[in-house]
Order: sequence, then structure tokens, then C-alpha cells
Amino acid sequence: MPTKTYAGVTLEVDAEGFLTQSSLWTRDVAAAIAVEAGVPTLGEKHWKVIDFARSDTAAQGQSPGPRRIVVGSGVSMKDLYELFPKGPGKLVARVAGVPKPKACL
Amino acid sequence: MKNLVILGAGTAGTMVANRMVRSLDERAWRVTVVDPEVTHLYQPGLLFLPFGNREEGELVRPRGRTLDPRVVWRTNAVWAVDTAARTVTLDDDSAVAYDLLVIATGSSIRPDLTEGMLGDGWQRSVFDFYTLDGAVKLREALGNFSGGRLLINIVEMPIKCPVAPLEFAFLADAFFKERGVRSGVEITFATPLDGAFTRPIASQRLGHLLEEKGIKVEREFACGQVDGTAGKLTSFDGRSLDFDLLVTVPTHSGAEFATRSGLGNELGFIPTEKHSLAAKGLERVFVIGDATDVPASKAGSVAHFEAETLVENLERAVAGKALLDTFDGHANCFVETGDGKALLIDFNYDTEPLPGTYPIPGVGPFSLLEESRVNHQGKLAFRWIYWNGLLPGKPIPVPAHMSMLGKHQP
Repeated sequence: MPTKTYAGVTLEVDAEGFLTQSSLWTRDVAAAIAVEAGVPTLGEKHWKVIDFARSDTAAQGQSPGPRRIVVGSGVSMKDLYELFPKGPGKLVARVAGVPKPKACL
Repeated sequence: MKNLVILGAGTAGTMVANRMVRSLDERAWRVTVVDPEVTHLYQPGLLFLPFGNREEGELVRPRGRTLDPRVVWRTNAVWAVDTAARTVTLDDDSAVAYDLLVIATGSSIRPDLTEGMLGDGWQRSVFDFYTLDGAVKLREALGNFSGGRLLINIVEMPIKCPVAPLEFAFLADAFFKERGVRSGVEITFATPLDGAFTRPIASQRLGHLLEEKGIKVEREFACGQVDGTAGKLTSFDGRSLDFDLLVTVPTHSGAEFATRSGLGNELGFIPTEKHSLAAKGLERVFVIGDATDVPASKAGSVAHFEAETLVENLERAVAGKALLDTFDGHANCFVETGDGKALLIDFNYDTEPLPGTYPIPGVGPFSLLEESRVNHQGKLAFRWIYWNGLLPGKPIPVPAHMSMLGKHQP
């Protein structure tokens, strides 16, 4: 399994660079992933979204899509696209250290 | 007399009702289905209807023909469910008590949830093919479309039959080629996902189809607004796409009563244990088919494989036995690629679509992740199996669990 180093921690990642060991994630790791993914700083609203994504994934067994993130974190859809541009479901999952939301094909 | 009540008589509800009425002692149990529609629609046929390849009459049957005569059918909509009192309130304000409840009320498109979708352009330049009415109106529009920008988009996930929008693009390419007008049509596929194919193996094997057929893909396009008059789709992050004809797959939601009764999630789908199909946190309530929130595709094959687990668990619930966690998320779907060919994908919760043969290793006759005419014939033949085998609840000779036999990692 490939690995990457974020904030000095070496972690296993899948073929698309998503962390496979969610339990080893830390906020410093998240910040480093975010920078690499084009989100230079993480503010209060970012963390609301990230914290929701982690707790929801743990509870549901699957990563939340954008609508569920909006309903659960209290951040609006418009804000979500500004905080995590383009594909928030995928980008939030990457930064939050949870699996990429899955489609069938 | 005890009551097994099944809400919804679509693919899942009908299979379960027909199987349970045979399985249960009719002196002890009454099986009731609740569904307001007097016809049963074969939804997989809607993909073909806009291209003139199906007649409406082939896709519907009177519901009475699909249900075992011993099943009691209430021609009502569900108003609400009270899980504490174990009653279902119907739209005529009558109440039906249950000892076991199966929620099989499916999923509907919600064009009302996207700004502007139901505005002036609706069913003039903006169409769906997920309803009979939509597909019929789109058939007329496609017949009159001689050139311009055809845009196909998915608003958000989950949707029923996630591959259907892509199949539509492939069939549209073939449709316009046959008419000799393909060079005047620009076909674009817009998805909120990061590609038309998101799974690595499928993407690697099938990506060429898009290039070969000249289908443009707009990735990570989350539609926030439709302007049918101006012919413009705008995303939440301010990008826009122009169209002359839009075929949209709108947001999907679960049945309204689920939200009204406090049972549904943010889109009205019901939290369901992904292996046993019991409703989370509720006694004596099960969920099957498109109404669940499980991470399996919303597809008829999934409902069929789920029914294997659900029927066994209902029988166990009747006998006071513990439920089994046997459903593995198995789905098995034909994907039309145009020109009389299709491919087949077979996967489950843990395993992405892999190449190989199905159902018999080496022999097939269907090829996985590979186009063939046999696959297309299989898709067409399936309609007969649906009405005569699947719905009546007859055994279908493929295993409910996804099998790795006949598959290989490339």
C-alpha cells in the first residue's frame, strides 16, 4: 500500500490518495492535506464541516455527500462550495481522512 | 389474525408480498400491500422509450395482475406511520395495524428542489426520463431535435439506476448517428462526481467509450439552478453550461410520509441496517429497495438480492428468531452502450465492478465490463423475466451473494 507523509506523520493511502487509517488522522494532518489539495488555510467553518464529516462517517459507515454535510454542519451549500471548491464531497473526505464517497461505476 | 403490512408495491414490495403470502400460514397472517397506483411500471424500460424503442403499453401492467390474489391490496397512499402504536395511517384517514412492517415505497424525482427547474423551460427544453410522462414528452422533443447542444446532467446523488444517465448519452449518440445528424449535435454529460466513471478499473476499461462517441464530460458540476428559457445550467460554484435540450436527472427523495413521520433522513430515505435490512432503532420494521439509506445502488437487481435476505428475516421474525446479517450490497446491472451492445457490471458493498464472465465462470454468457451483443440481448430479455419470474417471486438461478468466481483483478 502506498504511503504519504503529512505533518511529519507517515500514513497509508489508497490509489487516489485518501487515508486508509482514519484513526491516525489529526488536525495537523488535515491542515497538511488541505494545503496539498489547494485549500491553504482551515478556518472555523472548515472545521465545522470536517468535524461533522468525521463523526457522520463513524456513525453511518459511509462518507456524507454535500447535502448531508450542509444539513449536519449548518454551513450553507454556497459556503460549502467556497470553503471546499469544486467537489466538496470528495475534497472534504480527503481532508477529513475518511473514504471517498462511493458511486457504483 | 396478525398483519404483515408492506408499504409500496413496486419491484421490492411486490416480490416480498408474493413470497411472504406463500410462506406464511394464511390462517394466522394477513399480507397487505398499500399502493395508490393501479398500474405497475417497468422502470428499466423508460431509458428506451424516448428513442422510440418502446411503447408505453409494454411498460405497464394493471397492478392486480402482479399480485398474488391472497395479498390484500389497499389502493391508498400512506399518510403517516406511528411506530410506537404500530399503525399506518392512510390518505383516507383509515388506520392499518401491523405486527411486521416493510417499507418499500421507493424514491421519486424532485425537480422542485432545484431552483428554476420547473420554470418556463420544463418539458419544453428541460426533460426527465425517470417518469412515464417525462419519457413520453422527451420522445417528442428528441424526434424534433435536429441539431444543437444536448446536455445530460445529474443534479446530486443518490439517484435510481446511477448508470442510466450515461446510458442515455450512449443511446443518444447512436440515435443521432442513425439519423445522419450526429455531427450537428454536441452531447455533454455533466456530473457532480469527479468523472463519468469513478471506479478505477471501470474508468480504465470504459473511458474510451466517451472519446469514441464524442461525448464531452463536465466533472464536479453541481447544478444549483436551471434557466430553461435561456438554456443555461449554473453550478453552485458559478460555472455555467449552455444547452438547447436538457435531459436532467433531478434530486431524488424518499416518500413524503417518511419525513412526515420522522423516519427519514435529509432526503427522506430511511436509516436501515445494511446487512439485515431492519430499520435502524425500530422494532418490527424493515426497509427494502430504493427507500433505504444503505450504500448500495438504487436498482431493481439490488431489491431482488435484498429480498432474499428480507424474506428470510421476516420468517425469522415471525418465528421469534434473531435476524441474520446476510445482505452484501450485491448489484448486477446491464449498461447499454448503443449500437445493439451493452456491458454488465456485478459488484457489492466491498468489491467494485471487476472484469470476467457472469454468471458461469469462463462460459458466461455475459461479459463483465466488456461490450457485447449478448449483453444487450440479456437486457432486452430481462423484461420477460421481470414480469414472469421476478415479480411473482419465483426463484431466479443466480446467487444472491456476489461471487468472485469468474472475475479477475486486471
